[in-house]
Amino acid sequence: MSDLATGARVVGALGARSIRQTFRRPQLMSPIIVFPTLLLAIQTGGAGAGIELPGFPPVQSFLQFMLAGSMMQAMMLAGNSGGIAFAVDIEMGFTDRLFASPIPRFAIVLGRLAGTAALGLLASLWFLAIGLIFGAHIEGGIPGALLAISLITASALAVGGIGAAIALRTGSASVVQGLFPLVLVVLFLSSAFFPQELMIEPAKTIAEYNPFSFIVEGVREPIISGIEAKQTLEAVAAIVGIILLGLGLSARALRHRLRTG
Amino acid sequence: MPAIVVEGLERSFGDVLAVQGIDLQVDEGEIYGFLGPNGAGKTTTVRMLTTLLLPTGGRAGVAGFDVVAEARQVRATIGVALQEAALDPLMTGRELIRLQATLQGLPTGEGRKRADALLERVDLAAAADRRVGGYSGGMKRRLDLAAALVHEPRVLFLDEPTTGLDPVSRKTIWEEVQALNDDGTTVFLTTQYLEEADQLADNVGIIDRGRIVAEGTPEELKGEVGSPHIELVVGEGAVPEAERAVAELGKLRPRKGEGRVLLEVEGGAADIPRVVRALDEAGIGVESLELVRPTLDDVFVEKTGHHLEGEEGGGDAEGADEPEAEASPA
Repeated sequence: MSDLATGARVVGALGARSIRQTFRRPQLMSPIIVFPTLLLAIQTGGAGAGIELPGFPPVQSFLQFMLAGSMMQAMMLAGNSGGIAFAVDIEMGFTDRLFASPIPRFAIVLGRLAGTAALGLLASLWFLAIGLIFGAHIEGGIPGALLAISLITASALAVGGIGAAIALRTGSASVVQGLFPLVLVVLFLSSAFFPQELMIEPAKTIAEYNPFSFIVEGVREPIISGIEAKQTLEAVAAIVGIILLGLGLSARALRHRLRTG
Repeated sequence: MPAIVVEGLERSFGDVLAVQGIDLQVDEGEIYGFLGPNGAGKTTTVRMLTTLLLPTGGRAGVAGFDVVAEARQVRATIGVALQEAALDPLMTGRELIRLQATLQGLPTGEGRKRADALLERVDLAAAADRRVGGYSGGMKRRLDLAAALVHEPRVLFLDEPTTGLDPVSRKTIWEEVQALNDDGTTVFLTTQYLEEADQLADNVGIIDRGRIVAEGTPEELKGEVGSPHIELVVGEGAVPEAERAVAELGKLRPRKGEGRVLLEVEGGAADIPRVVRALDEAGIGVESLELVRPTLDDVFVEKTGHHLEGEEGGGDAEGADEPEAEASPA
């Protein structure tokens, strides 16, 4: 078997383990599904009239507008949960078992990220299903839904890379878990839950440059109006940038961990 | 070809030199016991030999491969069961061994077959589909050992495999290690238990404060610190008379406690009848007689000036000699 095939098999096996681990540890699963679902229900129930505000983008319903934000939130929390689970592996010595195996060591990081990406996929399917069940239209049709799912899945991989880098650098689940509020701050300072046009300064400017705003708009556009090349390309660029940052930081943190033990 | 060769191996953490230039050699098919107290440098050495930690000096080779330059080849050749069995409590035993088989590059079908066979071998077949979090300490260690064997490694590293286990679980692990060695696997075993090293190891290296202070077979090492001695309890008033009666049969040791006579004998158990006869002819009643042999702890004390730590329930009591044979009162 070639190195590439072996690596792919290992990444698949570690990704499957990572998914199983998340399903078997409720404290990892609940932030991905339960928390964003509750927030979606509360926001659509309480702030639904917001779509009447001047400057609010034309949408069928507040639920339709919110779906992209909820998917983003679930995706980012999946990345954070992946980082926590990786740090737990380091704390209990499980990564030593992996490091002592004859596999490319970066496959260990990629295996974790594959699991995180799968959770992002699951979260996007969950929220699209909720949207459809409660009457939201996906204006971009099946291609639009597939695009939204793909962008969220890739974003989960990107954010998971940053979570993995922090886990590798600190080896502490508490530190990674401590980033949870930061995830929310980053989200609220993007256009995930509110249109950028209606924000006040300085949040508006921060949201304008926040890479997660580009991703959320790329996910939202096919849901509320249809596939637009500009938003899609901006989202892809933001995701690629975060992937490169996450993988770069992970590779560096991995080297540091292997050097220092 | 030696299975493990270590030359001047060093590892420092900041200003602390945890391993200070050790040299050792382990032959193919040997069980090497690496004995030392907590913090002596055992785990640091194992982590370097298993490519989990880079040395800061010296060199080491395992199965003919350099642990730094040919780390991946080393990892393909070794099995590792680290201290505090590194298991995921959320996985089942079967999932863990199958994952390990994938990590070692075994095809899926073969990995499944090996997993089933190994679970059977370590007596975990019935618990194979239960989550590891519900296993006892002994079951976890057996599972860890099984995982380390999935690719039939040439060299097996066991880092304190029985620490914290009850005597029955410990014995099970010992039997398994011995069986593996009988099949030709070289075993590098770290332990802080004297009895473990004594029972299992062909050769023992004693490490203290990052340096190897003694190396050899358990018998050689114990031989270095003196001959076996017979400890007689004869009653308080009879000690001088008893010492006179047995003086020419060996070398009297300084008295230790009331009513006791200590006699070093070269022949060990073979000298007991002569001693009993001499006492009988002198008309001295003996309350008890015990042949005591030097232990690895005596070696440790001799070489380092202090006893091994962490001996609670782990074989010999700290500083106690090991009784080999006991006779009834003469």
